[in-house]
Amino acid sequence: MNKACIIFCCLLLNDIVFADIHYIKPSEDIQERLQEAMILAKPGDTIQLDEGLYKLTDGLSLTQREVSIKGAGMYKTILDFSNQMSGAQGLLVTSDEVLLKDFAIINAKGDALKVVGVDGIYMINLRVEWTNGPATSNGAYGLYPVQSKNVFIEGCVAIGASDAGIYVGQSENIIVKNNKAMFNVAGIEIENSFYADVYGNSVSNNTGGILVFDLPDLPQQGGHHIRVFENQSYDNNTDNFAPQGNIVASVPRGTGILILANTNVEIFKNNIHSNGTINLAIVSYFQDTSDDNYYPHPRSVYIHDNIFSDSGFDPDIDRNELAKMLVDLANDDMPDIFWDGVTPFYQMIVGQPQEERIGLGENVGASFLAINPIKYLLPFLDPANRDYQDFFTNRPSLEKVIINLPNERLY
Amino acid sequence: MNDSIKIRFFFYAIKKSRYIVFLITFFCFGVQADLNVNDDLILTEGFPDKLSAFRFFEDTRSQLPAKNVIPYDLISSLFSDYTKKNRFVYVPDSLQAKYETDSVYQFPIGSALIKTFYYIKNEQLEMSEQQLLETRLLLRKNDGWHAASYAWDDAQEEARLKIAGATINTSWVDKNGKYRSVRYRVPNKNQCQECHEANKQIIPIGPKARNLNKNKYYADSEAELNQLYYWLDKKVIDFYPDSLDLVVDWQDSTKNLNTRARSYLAINCGHCHSPQGNGASSGLYLGFTEKRPIHIGVMKKPVAAGRGSGNKLYSINPGKPEESILLYRMQSMDPGIMMPESGRSLVHDEGVNLIKEWIQEMR
Repeated sequence: MNKACIIFCCLLLNDIVFADIHYIKPSEDIQERLQEAMILAKPGDTIQLDEGLYKLTDGLSLTQREVSIKGAGMYKTILDFSNQMSGAQGLLVTSDEVLLKDFAIINAKGDALKVVGVDGIYMINLRVEWTNGPATSNGAYGLYPVQSKNVFIEGCVAIGASDAGIYVGQSENIIVKNNKAMFNVAGIEIENSFYADVYGNSVSNNTGGILVFDLPDLPQQGGHHIRVFENQSYDNNTDNFAPQGNIVASVPRGTGILILANTNVEIFKNNIHSNGTINLAIVSYFQDTSDDNYYPHPRSVYIHDNIFSDSGFDPDIDRNELAKMLVDLANDDMPDIFWDGVTPFYQMIVGQPQEERIGLGENVGASFLAINPIKYLLPFLDPANRDYQDFFTNRPSLEKVIINLPNERLY
Repeated sequence: MNDSIKIRFFFYAIKKSRYIVFLITFFCFGVQADLNVNDDLILTEGFPDKLSAFRFFEDTRSQLPAKNVIPYDLISSLFSDYTKKNRFVYVPDSLQAKYETDSVYQFPIGSALIKTFYYIKNEQLEMSEQQLLETRLLLRKNDGWHAASYAWDDAQEEARLKIAGATINTSWVDKNGKYRSVRYRVPNKNQCQECHEANKQIIPIGPKARNLNKNKYYADSEAELNQLYYWLDKKVIDFYPDSLDLVVDWQDSTKNLNTRARSYLAINCGHCHSPQGNGASSGLYLGFTEKRPIHIGVMKKPVAAGRGSGNKLYSINPGKPEESILLYRMQSMDPGIMMPESGRSLVHDEGVNLIKEWIQEMR
């Protein structure tokens, strides 16, 4: 009995101690070999991709937990899907605790990297790109974790997505730090998610830099507790190239940060400048919905210690309703921060609870404009409220998000 | 040898010896001349290289099943690039699958679901040559269902395990006499899982009682019998309810259009587009029992469809099929747009026509 026990333990230990490293190089049959390596990998294993161009014809997928896939660098190990014939994304991950590091996914026909329903996904120093530049025919999302927990994205580069370069949807406990997103419709988008820290990112030349959205009729909604800080969001003046029907198609060219619905959002220490329509906008969900469980208005948004400059010098008035409305209201003096003022009807009459109001702290160079909806509905009254002091407040900060990284697997 | 090397060697030896034991066991069972299904192999971890090792077929080429391997059909079946399919179920002697309301039968450990995909090379001929493409297996092992596919060799004599999938470029003549060529994809192991997964577990899709409630000719009885009746008689299942008339054959134009369309969408889309499936995040649920119009897609705005939206505003725009994303994605062959995401490389014209008519009639 004892002997059997020892042998059993040895077998168990054996599998844990000797996690394998599978070395892969580009080759003629790389599609089969790489997919096979992903299928046969055991928990703890690493798939090490040598530098080179990997020409793939079909989407790849990983379903085994605790696997690491590492390349030689985001400009050296390149998974090229230019000739992709099947699969809705370049790489699909559906297993927990997966680490992806130091490689690129380019020209996927759909999304570049999709991660569905996992607990623990670590994306580090990845590049997702459509190399022909912004185009409606590009895939929708670069990095696309959805319905997941403990989502960590660091040091990645996302370029050319026809929806969002980095998109975290219906997820919980999220860190998006020190990434670059350029020439996407949305640089970074956090949608229907809880507890996200978005910081240290450089977001430029998108249609909209950073979006924090909450949408109806989805399994997870009521987005809340989002911190956006220490980011650079500038020059987001690329024409919107999203296919119609998608929510981001309604984002005006020249948007720095856009908050749509959501509760408890803190925007601080960002440098937001040179966005042609608006540096920072906070709006309600503006389309019809019959979802009774959905709250369409932003609540408790706190904006402090940011640096603003150069907002609204080239608003997207030819194509965008929000931009048109802004220009009508602003009377040639475009603000840095805009709130559409929409609240539930009874709050329009009696006012919002103090803690749910938009809160403005000290901000450098910030001009402000909010709509007074009652005046907006009546003739001859100027609905624009530019009274910064009316919203001036000092609130406690939100708690930071903590994710435990699998440090032993990082190097 | 220093100690750490000795220890490493010891582990290595154990690791290797496991395979040797496995090989010996495999060999011993493998050489027995026996026409019964190889029960042990179904339960063994992993999949053998050759399909024939399971002995599911008495004659593989003609797909003549072995003893206790029972052929069956579904009322409505998944479109797979116009392939024909032979389906078989195997339940070990003295065991039975348990009936589950609104779900697939709960099969006992040791069961197998076997599905062979093939083309009739010329559908206009009565006796045409066939090309077997692949045989997919779902095996109920001790720790749950496991899926894999075997691709047939050119000689059509053996099918071999394709962990990473395979591509078969082939052609056939369809029932209208039209020459069709296809880049047929044998799914890899993960793709099997993508469709067969619910709540992180692999489950069968087809054999729900309501999908099985139809007649089939059984050679041993020399008669056409209701499948559920036959299965019960053969003690494959423990029970079936009396009234099961929900799902219809989507091709049966005498049936109600809405029921036909919903039956089609249920078997083709409902496994992923369900609150438990891989398409859950879309909020589009196409299972047969979904009742909420917005979640079936009526006036539902896309969430993360990207260019799959085709510049259309709603999944289903009633009365306007050409403005409905759902139809647009069924008509596409672009990997970034098409639905389903895998398992199809051709457009299913008949399915498209059905859904077009359904949306057209919708008010």
